Amino acid sequence: MLATNGIPTAEELAPRIPPAERLKKGPVAIIECFQKIPCNPCSTACKTGAIEKFEDINDLPSVDLEKCTGCGLCISKCPGLAIFVVDETYSEMEAAVSLPFEFLPLPAEGEEVDVLDRSGKTVGRGKVIRVRNGKYEDRTPVVTVAVPKELSMVVRNIRVGGDRR
Amino acid sequence: MRIEEHPILTFDRGREVEFTFNGRKMKGYEGEPIAAALHANGVRVLSYSKKLHRPRGFYCAIGNCSSCLMTVNGEPNVRVCTEKLREGMVIETQQGRGDLK
Amino acid sequence: MKHAEIAVIGGGPAGLMAALAAAEMGAKVTLVDRNSRLGGQLVKQTHKFFGSEKEYASIRGIDIGRILATEVHKNPNIETMLNSTVVAYYPDDGVLGIEVEEKKWVKMKAERIVVATGASEKYLLFENNDLPGIYGAGAVQTLMNEHGVVPGKNVLMVGAGNIGLIVSYQLMQAGVNVKAIIDAAPSIGGYWVHASKVARLGVPILTSYTVKAAYPNEMTGALERAVIWRVDDRWQPVPGTEKVFNVDVMCIAVGLSPLAELLWQAGCKMMYVPELGGHVPVRNDNMETTVSGIYVAGDVAGVEEASSAMMEGRLAGLSAAKSLGYDDGTYEEKKAEALKELENLRSGPVGGKIRKGLAQLAS
Repeated sequence: MLATNGIPTAEELAPRIPPAERLKKGPVAIIECFQKIPCNPCSTACKTGAIEKFEDINDLPSVDLEKCTGCGLCISKCPGLAIFVVDETYSEMEAAVSLPFEFLPLPAEGEEVDVLDRSGKTVGRGKVIRVRNGKYEDRTPVVTVAVPKELSMVVRNIRVGGDRR
Repeated sequence: MRIEEHPILTFDRGREVEFTFNGRKMKGYEGEPIAAALHANGVRVLSYSKKLHRPRGFYCAIGNCSSCLMTVNGEPNVRVCTEKLREGMVIETQQGRGDLK
Repeated sequence: MKHAEIAVIGGGPAGLMAALAAAEMGAKVTLVDRNSRLGGQLVKQTHKFFGSEKEYASIRGIDIGRILATEVHKNPNIETMLNSTVVAYYPDDGVLGIEVEEKKWVKMKAERIVVATGASEKYLLFENNDLPGIYGAGAVQTLMNEHGVVPGKNVLMVGAGNIGLIVSYQLMQAGVNVKAIIDAAPSIGGYWVHASKVARLGVPILTSYTVKAAYPNEMTGALERAVIWRVDDRWQPVPGTEKVFNVDVMCIAVGLSPLAELLWQAGCKMMYVPELGGHVPVRNDNMETTVSGIYVAGDVAGVEEASSAMMEGRLAGLSAAKSLGYDDGTYEEKKAEALKELENLRSGPVGGKIRKGLAQLAS
């Protein structure tokens, strides 16, 4: 439960998960922001107008699923590192999950990494497809990792080169 | 104990200098706080409380709390969390309240 | 005796914004800070900030500090005194006593003063809470992010407010293992997004737990082991619920209290408001205290986020300048904007505590 351990329950997550029909159409942003806090960079970062402008800075972000192209420009702008892009059309068996990753070492494209769930538990292996780490990301690299499709809504972190802990 | 690689930061360190801690030779970087240099050398006990002589380290690291008072170049009650390291400094654990020479 | 139109004491987010705002109105500002660089505690905030563009949201605290410091340094209306600690305010004649560099003393008479001195970290009471290795969470952040030295190998973080959560994340970034984050409250006090960030790294957050005792290594005298236990819904510890952590570092992140010594010396009316961190000055909506000409901004006026500190600083700077007659006709509009922004930052559910505290202060 978010309020006691920082891990959302299935019920807490549900309103943030796009419907299956949308996921079949291509990549989409999933904003795992569940608490009204004074913060709005996600909406100012969105170039397609998919993350609607906030009337009140404390509003929860809402994604217009038709407008969202899954470009991922919002990922590194979220101070809470709470935005992920999931592409369930990546391949027949795999989904691509893009996530913010502010740790060293950074994985190389093509590298196999452990993939972790929201509690930091290793749930499998994934292959890094892309690493975006330019001036725009401003030291919040965005790593896209291919994972078994059934883990698209589970994987939210990676571990590179073995257990750091 | 020193961070060599960091995902966000780079550390612009001064030149390496020598100093002594209770007579032991140590190395640190010029301009960093004495407490940071000591910590990098594995020294965490900086002072002893005045009444019960309990070991003390720093607490706030920004000059607020007086938990880190040491004798530096003969001068007692120096806040080593903010005092900058210089070449050849003589740093000692302070006993009691300290005397002005 | 040195003279200043507006003296701003403290070069953190509140003080920097106050100096810039007053200078923007045309006033001459002297910004005094005890450190050798400006930025206050922004210099160790490696995370991207919340808020809106007005408070530099999505830019890292370290970079906001640099941006504001650069603006201050190039502003011809602002003189900066670094390595200078204001240690006294003499209420009889309103003179400030300042220690400059080492043991050089300067007296300064300012027509207006903005006190933006920030806050200091609170302690927590438990057996052996004074052992070396038990540090303020902010202290660890300074050691690690400003000076590049890690505090140890294994850490127990005490406090799941924003500081505890953020510093835990930053410890992990520096390669230090955080064994757990505990908090005596039944729920996480910090932003949930910060909690989720550390949860994803596998750091457990244990609510309703407090520290029972800490134990030293016999040889070194420094922390080696910490014992925690659960508290019930009346905050009483429950025997038999102990957990042991082998840690060489414990970080205490149980809140901040305003560094209000100068305000006390000046005779400003103070009020004890727990929601704002302790004794805070009574002030009007210009951020002016009960002592005419003394303004406040940032954590010294009530412990809050850096975003609000910046807006309070702007408000104090604008108002201090206005009171000296500096107004090109834009004051009312700028003041209204800053007040509106502050209201926005505090209007949501996470601003409830601050709103409650401010209401008490206004009563």
